[in-house]
Amino acid sequence: MSQKVLDALRAKFGDAVVATESQHGDEVALVKRDKLVAIATWLRDDPAMAFEVPVFVTCIDLLDWRPVKAPGQPSSTRPAWDNVDGKAPRFEVCWQLRSFSRRHRLRLKVALVENDLKVASLTPLWSGFDWQERETFDMYGVEFQGHPDLRRIYLYDEFVGHPLRKDYPKEKRQPLVRRSDLVGDH
Amino acid sequence: MPDLKTLVLGQKEAADLDDEHELPHELMTVNMGPSHPAMHGTVRIVLSVDGERIVKGDIQPGYLHRCFEKEAEHATYTQVFPYTDRLNYVSPMINNVGWAMAVEKLLGLTGELPRRAEYVRVIVSEVSRITDHLTCVGASAMELGAFGPFLFFLKAREWLYTLLEEVSGARLTHTYVRVGGVSKDLPDGWVAKLLHRLDELAPVMVEVETLLNNNKIFRDRMAGIGAFTREEALRWGCTGPVARACGIDYDVRKDHPYSVYPDFEFDVPVGTTGDCYDRYLVRIEEIKQSMRILRQACAQLPDGPTMVDDPRVALPPKRDAYNTIESMIRHFKHIVDGVRVPAGEAYCFVEGGNGELGFFIVADGTGRPYKAYCRSPSFVHLSTCQQLILGHLIADVVPIFGMINMIGGECDK
Repeated sequence: MSQKVLDALRAKFGDAVVATESQHGDEVALVKRDKLVAIATWLRDDPAMAFEVPVFVTCIDLLDWRPVKAPGQPSSTRPAWDNVDGKAPRFEVCWQLRSFSRRHRLRLKVALVENDLKVASLTPLWSGFDWQERETFDMYGVEFQGHPDLRRIYLYDEFVGHPLRKDYPKEKRQPLVRRSDLVGDH
Repeated sequence: MPDLKTLVLGQKEAADLDDEHELPHELMTVNMGPSHPAMHGTVRIVLSVDGERIVKGDIQPGYLHRCFEKEAEHATYTQVFPYTDRLNYVSPMINNVGWAMAVEKLLGLTGELPRRAEYVRVIVSEVSRITDHLTCVGASAMELGAFGPFLFFLKAREWLYTLLEEVSGARLTHTYVRVGGVSKDLPDGWVAKLLHRLDELAPVMVEVETLLNNNKIFRDRMAGIGAFTREEALRWGCTGPVARACGIDYDVRKDHPYSVYPDFEFDVPVGTTGDCYDRYLVRIEEIKQSMRILRQACAQLPDGPTMVDDPRVALPPKRDAYNTIESMIRHFKHIVDGVRVPAGEAYCFVEGGNGELGFFIVADGTGRPYKAYCRSPSFVHLSTCQQLILGHLIADVVPIFGMINMIGGECDK
């Protein structure tokens, strides 16, 4: 639907765009981590792109990713992004963007390896990503650098671990801890 | 009023309150919530106030977090429907439809559904949208002291809930929609009942609008409160009535048409000021537009099946399941293993009661989603509140939260 966005992105940034894909009418672009802010700024400010609207931020944990191949389906649904700097990435952070004026959409992705979960925050560009990035930090432990207020949002500060990771057992229970900011002064 | 001033400043003895002396500019922290009678959901706000003016508001959701996404990863695609009911529990049908459409997108079934199934989905969605707006407007009016409209609207809402109960068997948690269609057809005579209720709803709308639209107290509390400009609303990702009140004519039903919405004639109301009063007006107008869609849908409702004829998603007929071994096995596999969705990922969104409600699913070819994410409009809109309440009085938090219509279940997932 908006293949021309992907083409323009590739033409403008070349190698910084690791892979692009169109699936079920959704356009996806996996970009290099250190070029994320430059690409995002261009996507927002270029009049032909004009992605003014932040839609959502989330993360995919690929720890258990072993897709079952259906007959007649291509073998991999994640082309070319099996390696980042020689290591298989465990996490894919996704930012979904939409253009109100141009009526197109794009999902930006950055792949991260497990022991280096740092990526630039896009909250300075789109205020609406503020809580969404906090949620992703809360649930997956991705550290968004440059985020103005990176705290847990659904869970309490004393919670240990990140519950939407695939290695966090669903049955695991943690006792509710009294919040430190309810007692004493601030 | 020396007593009042000492109270606000938190000082025990009466200070020298001459006007010549400057009052100390000390910020005070006020804790609002998580369980506050004037708030819709359970949300906690830590307000820093200068006098009664809000300087900073730290909004803390999460008290209703029920791990929708983690639970969905361990359930079959069909078993997720009951969880979606509990997201926005005022309009569960729209959540059902949103989830079903996301799975259908992955299955390549978009546009393949029987016409009647699509029409039934639109009808129940629009009824849900009306109940959502009725609750939002009614409850907000009540919080501002107008108890009458609340009762009128809840009476009307109950008519609609009763209709949805007849369709699905449950008053609130319907779980009515299925991947590939809906679980059962509308009962006999239901359309006539719906049209009758719509005729009864119209005078209720007139009644409430007469009570509220030019009510001085209501307008004073709503107009100019919590306003957003068009640019701010875009940057914060606002959708639905909140965005439309700012003049953004974005409606998923028009901009990215899905289902059979192109068959109907309806308008997208927009506001100009972006404040609470415009949000109220937009919601009232949307109720009327939904009634318009419902009347057209009832008139055009085609006959036919309500489930797609595709063995991947449809259960075999009960008669076959009991009498042939192949159908029994298919039934068993369908229930136990779930609908097998080919590997891939898709984001699918519908116009929910509060804005763009989306589901992002990563499928790995099994019967359970590898990842399921819900883009809940309440969560996005609640995050804008930290900006909206700045500079307003504590009392203004109530209409702002009312018109954002934060639904705890949807916000906290």
